[in-house]
Amino acid sequence: MVSTGRKKGETLLKVENVSLRFGGVKALTNISLEVKQHEIAAIIGPNGAGKSSMLNVINGVYHPQEGKITYKGQTRSKMRADEAARQGIARTFQNIALFKGMSVLDNIMTGRNLKMKTNFLQQAIYWGAAQREEIEHRHKVEEIIDFLRIESIRKTPVGRLPYGLQKRVELGRALAAEPEMLLLDEPMAGMNVEEKEDMCRFILDVNDEFGTTIVLIEHDMGVVMDISDTVVVLDYGRRIAMGPPSEVRANQEVIDAYLGGAH
Amino acid sequence: MDFFFEVLIGGLLAGVMYSLVALGFVLIYKASGVLNFAQGAMVFFAALTFVSLLEKGLNFWAVLVLTLGFMVLMAYSIQKLVLDKLVNQPQITLFMATIGLAFFIEGFAQTLWGTEVHGLDLGIPDEPFIVAGMYISQFDIIAALLAGVLVAVLAVFFNKTRIGRALRAVADDHQAALTVGIPLQQIWVIVWAVAGVVALVAGLLWGSRLGVQFSLTLIALKALPVLILGGFTSVPGAIVGGLIIGGSEKLAEVYIGPYVGGAIEDWFPYMLAMLILLIRPEGLFGEKHIERV
Amino acid sequence: MLYRECGQFKSSYKSDSSIFPILQDKIGILSLLAVAFFIVPVFANEYWLGSILIPFLILSLAAIGLNILTGYAGQLSLGSAAFMAVGAFAAYNFALRMPGIPLVVDFILAGLTAAGVGILFGLPSLRIKGFYLAVATLAAQFFIIWALTRFGWFSNYSASGIITAPPIIIFGYEFSSAASRYLLTLSIVSVLALAAANIIRSSVGRSWMAVRDMDIAAEVIGIKMLNTKLLAFAISSFFCGVAGALWAFLYLGTVDAQAFDLARSFEILFMIIIGGVGSILGSFLGAAFIILLPILLNVFFSLFSGAVHADTISHIEVMIFGALIIFFLIVEPHGLARLWQIAKEKLRLWPFPH
Repeated sequence: MVSTGRKKGETLLKVENVSLRFGGVKALTNISLEVKQHEIAAIIGPNGAGKSSMLNVINGVYHPQEGKITYKGQTRSKMRADEAARQGIARTFQNIALFKGMSVLDNIMTGRNLKMKTNFLQQAIYWGAAQREEIEHRHKVEEIIDFLRIESIRKTPVGRLPYGLQKRVELGRALAAEPEMLLLDEPMAGMNVEEKEDMCRFILDVNDEFGTTIVLIEHDMGVVMDISDTVVVLDYGRRIAMGPPSEVRANQEVIDAYLGGAH
Repeated sequence: MDFFFEVLIGGLLAGVMYSLVALGFVLIYKASGVLNFAQGAMVFFAALTFVSLLEKGLNFWAVLVLTLGFMVLMAYSIQKLVLDKLVNQPQITLFMATIGLAFFIEGFAQTLWGTEVHGLDLGIPDEPFIVAGMYISQFDIIAALLAGVLVAVLAVFFNKTRIGRALRAVADDHQAALTVGIPLQQIWVIVWAVAGVVALVAGLLWGSRLGVQFSLTLIALKALPVLILGGFTSVPGAIVGGLIIGGSEKLAEVYIGPYVGGAIEDWFPYMLAMLILLIRPEGLFGEKHIERV
Repeated sequence: MLYRECGQFKSSYKSDSSIFPILQDKIGILSLLAVAFFIVPVFANEYWLGSILIPFLILSLAAIGLNILTGYAGQLSLGSAAFMAVGAFAAYNFALRMPGIPLVVDFILAGLTAAGVGILFGLPSLRIKGFYLAVATLAAQFFIIWALTRFGWFSNYSASGIITAPPIIIFGYEFSSAASRYLLTLSIVSVLALAAANIIRSSVGRSWMAVRDMDIAAEVIGIKMLNTKLLAFAISSFFCGVAGALWAFLYLGTVDAQAFDLARSFEILFMIIIGGVGSILGSFLGAAFIILLPILLNVFFSLFSGAVHADTISHIEVMIFGALIIFFLIVEPHGLARLWQIAKEKLRLWPFPH
């Protein structure tokens, strides 16, 4: 098992008794979980178990009807999306939420938005403060482009890229915000073995080099068991197990609901 | 108080006619997801063609049949030349295409038939009834009845017939409808033709009320607030929306108008629609749209 | 051969992010500006300067304004002409009630007034999207024109609500000739076009495009919907307002609210559709197209002199506009700007076919 070199820190995120409903449909029922700083946590479970909804609640896209979310010591009944961003939470989406009309470079640059301070007047003039800021952040974005090895496509409109590369660009945009916590929704979906290994390596590097806490949803059990420090299992909107991979793997309920017998 | 009711009823009756125009929008939107900005132009074209043919001395019923034929032909051409080529485009592109279509049809109608204003006499009596001391226009009532009948027929058509079901399937998902064998092209021709018929009826009624002239196209613009109130896909919504807009517009004009210089009708329905949207962004009867991420 | 960018490597981020990164483009635009500023006013006649180039420039400015709101920020607006009207009447009133203020200040104030009104009517965009927003902008269009016509104060109680622009005097020089008005218009439009291009390649422009492409994702990144959308409305209305002021002061001289009616809003919308939504170049191309088309049609029909009635010509024009809109949406939804791009790409390979 590849263990991350980082020492796990204090509790960064605590979700308590969160329930989420859409009309009559219960997406999440009474879920609690905890993620410690610098660790890699995986959320697994069958389709429709509520995994994406869980991530959406954490970063404020959905607002739960019940429960509390505590992030960096601050407790609230719901997170607001732009507040989550300002607090250092970044994420990728299951169905790729890139800005199709912009190039790879521009998409990743939008990830720097919170850090860019010039106002529209300065930008209208451009010469001076705005230009300096653009170049400064361009440097940072180019570092990420290097890291993800997507230099050759930086000016391509993202709509034209194959799926695997789009996912990488989306990761780049999330990384551009220099987040403390990164939420990844099926970052390896639809990828072949090589691409998965690359993505795995990126995730581990991010956690290693920058200490970013990672919460990821993933179906590939090999990946999950290999890289995560803790695993949360959801089924029909409920949590049925939580703990280190070895424990969860042996949990009978989890096996029945999701894993099936040993291969 | 009597005066209030008189104005209100007048407004409501006008509202039924607004519903009629809105209905054309709803039909097309239900079946193809397109907001047909050209509906007003179609109303104008239908009325102008009808009245011009009539003035050439042809028999009323012959003219009616001919005009209906024109509208069907128009539906077919629109489907072949425009809709077919824009099948998977985003809604906003289709909307802009219908704006282009509106201009084309307006220009075409006027190139063909000229720009004079035509009076249109449908043979509907116009002396007012006097009910409980209030003047109610006979014409308005008959127009409202005609519109009501048409609306009822269409409602039944949509909900009870096989074609109606197919139309609803198409509105939901073009690709899926194709996969179950629904002939998309034919359906669209049918729908646009029906919308054309609705446009004709609306054109005749409005035309005999206001005269057949270019401003008929603006009536369709009025239908937009109706759609916002009633939802883009609801037939009963179009009716209720039309009544609300018609009634409120008249009342505002009469009661608020004199204080601010009149002609409130120009913008009142839009402001009302906007205010309602602020409270309920999906319109009064629209479905709440939950975005999945 | 002429257009190859071979050997043009950018060695700094600064040069990579310039508006015209390819050397040939830089030369092209500078030559164009040189011609526009120095050669055209000397050689062009009064008709071309006063009736074609000036309205072309002003409408391009309005088109840029609408492009900012609809093309870049994705907020469909059918009311751009109404904001032009606000600018025109504001410029008139400021000049009237604060006599002696410099012209440029007058225009800026007019733009700011339009921006303020724009923010007001843009507030609904926080809750309303798509077609619904278009209807809300119609409310703005109808209401504003009605208000400017009904309340005499706006036109200083003149008959039929007409406003007349004061003589244009800057630093003692009176801009009355067509050439001088053309140069002034050209200067103002160039500066504002540059400002727009700058904003668009910076973080504000990117946040607009993000909101346009997927607003939920934009919010998740931390882009504030409120500020971003209202800023788009404000800047767009500022541009339209200045365009309106220019229309009244430097083009027509006298104008009433009806000059900025729904038909004008559609005209500007057509400009950006045909020219290319989300493109500054497209704004200019679309404006040129819409201005030149009626002239071309008139010339064409005058060949059959007398055979076609003047009225019919204008109806045929309307038909052709409609047909062209549909044509562009089918064939090249990104408009003339994209066609220009394709032409340039072909030029790269010239004289080879592919």
